[in-house]
Amino acid sequence: MNLLTLQKRMAGALMLPLAAGDHIDPAAPVDYIKPNDRLTSLERLEIYSRSYWYRLFDSLYEDFPGLRAVLGQRAFARLAKAYLTDRPSASWTMRNLGSRLEEWLRRNPTFAGDRLDLALDMIRLEWAHTEAFDAAEKKVLGPEDLLELGPGMRIGLQPYVRLIELRYPVDDLRVKVNAASEEHGTASNAVLKRKAGGLVRRIHSMPPEHIFLAVHRLDFTVFYRRLDAEEFHLLAALGKGLPVGKAMEGALEDSPAPVDELRRRVETWFAAWAEMGWLCSQF
Amino acid sequence: MPANRFNGFTEYGIGVGLRIPHYQHILEKKPVVGWFEIISENYMVDGGRPLAMLDRILEQYRVVQHGVSMYFGSAERLNRDHLRRLKALVKRTKTPWLTDHLCWGSVDGRYTHDLLPMPYTFEAAKLTARKVREARSYLEVPIAVENVSSYAEFHESEMTEWEFLNEVVERADCGILLDVNNIYVSSRNHSFDPYDYLNGVPAERVAQIHIAGHSKFRKYILDTHDHPVIDPVWKLYEHAIRRVGQTATLLEWDDRIPSFDEVHAEARKAEKFMAAPTPLHAAQTPVAP
Repeated sequence: MNLLTLQKRMAGALMLPLAAGDHIDPAAPVDYIKPNDRLTSLERLEIYSRSYWYRLFDSLYEDFPGLRAVLGQRAFARLAKAYLTDRPSASWTMRNLGSRLEEWLRRNPTFAGDRLDLALDMIRLEWAHTEAFDAAEKKVLGPEDLLELGPGMRIGLQPYVRLIELRYPVDDLRVKVNAASEEHGTASNAVLKRKAGGLVRRIHSMPPEHIFLAVHRLDFTVFYRRLDAEEFHLLAALGKGLPVGKAMEGALEDSPAPVDELRRRVETWFAAWAEMGWLCSQF
Repeated sequence: MPANRFNGFTEYGIGVGLRIPHYQHILEKKPVVGWFEIISENYMVDGGRPLAMLDRILEQYRVVQHGVSMYFGSAERLNRDHLRRLKALVKRTKTPWLTDHLCWGSVDGRYTHDLLPMPYTFEAAKLTARKVREARSYLEVPIAVENVSSYAEFHESEMTEWEFLNEVVERADCGILLDVNNIYVSSRNHSFDPYDYLNGVPAERVAQIHIAGHSKFRKYILDTHDHPVIDPVWKLYEHAIRRVGQTATLLEWDDRIPSFDEVHAEARKAEKFMAAPTPLHAAQTPVAP
């Protein structure tokens, strides 16, 4: 058996979903592995298979605490197992493990039960969070750089600013999940149970709310900032590389606000973006 | 072998693995540490906190890069994106040498994120050595490959693990990151004498040594890096130092990480062995414990 064949067989075997009791699938091919005086070939492969599944599951578990809260631990575990089976890691870094989760869940909606939209929104938020955490930072355009702002000027949006349009206020939920997780180390079991129950009830009764969100980074911490619809569209257009004039035209043309009011708001937005360092050169 | 071409002719002494829970302590207390080993992949990102922290560490400490995803032994080609990012990091850290594992971990574009054992065949040695050469040529830094802990052996193997290691490093003309804990773990899992392994390694190619703790289960030992180093591993380390001379040594502690001071104190236990006499390239083999 050549090296490639052996590696294909072993990878295929250890990536088979674990069976009951976290045992390796007894049908996994193991004829290439030697047994020893303590372990069968299958038991030796099982060490690797468990390690593979635990490692990848832990990574998803850490990256998607909000999705866990939305689905519950058992449903999350079922989803993770199915996702990792269908979409094994295709990147050298586990950081990218969740990059295809939204696409996969859209094709496999039953794994979200009756909370598909909520789950999809949370996935988009949590993936944006991952991206914002370690995306590049370009040279910031400060207020002085914007003095000569004209309609033909093109400005860029920092790569660590991610814009997402959501149907549910999952930003609030994610912040609450985070806070609950931080309290976990100090609160008593009774308090934790009561708080967890409150969170579950909140998720069950969460009404839809159309929100526009910027997931961004400040001093190495990821924050969520809600935006006006026009502000969101303007930022998105600038991020796509449109000149300022065209970006404003497209973003503001349907706005019911009076022109003076819009002018005031645009000035406020640009000042805030410059202050937060969101604007950068396109190159 | 205090300094050689495989570690950039450096004499780095005892180092500690840089881990996130210790960032604050290191930056505030500025402990005296010979060097830090970083997991390259943790810093192969475009920006944010990981690189900012690394830059602050680099202002005060020497850093050596240790990778976990090169997969020299995978039958497929080296990942160009990985290499490109690794090279950018090499430029940033100015690591005098760079290490990764003698293992495989990906096939058909699917990644296991594990350090899987090699079949010890001439075909595998040839391919692995070619990839080490390619990586070194692109990265322009000396490379040393690390022996991994393993829990499985293959029918296809044509030689022992240390013979395979020799075959690869001679063909690649690269260095060795000798992990004495991994030798111990594998020797128990595969019933060989760890001193045969140590004595079979070309001393002149050892660029660095790893020490670590592990976990013992009923039927096998698992390389968990979550305990202090046990005495039999220290004895192996002592023997390794006698064979290869004072060599940059790093303690790995990756899970259930205690305070920085505790990790550092454990690493510094290596000092008494580092003060050992002249290398014995043809050292006698002690009786295995």
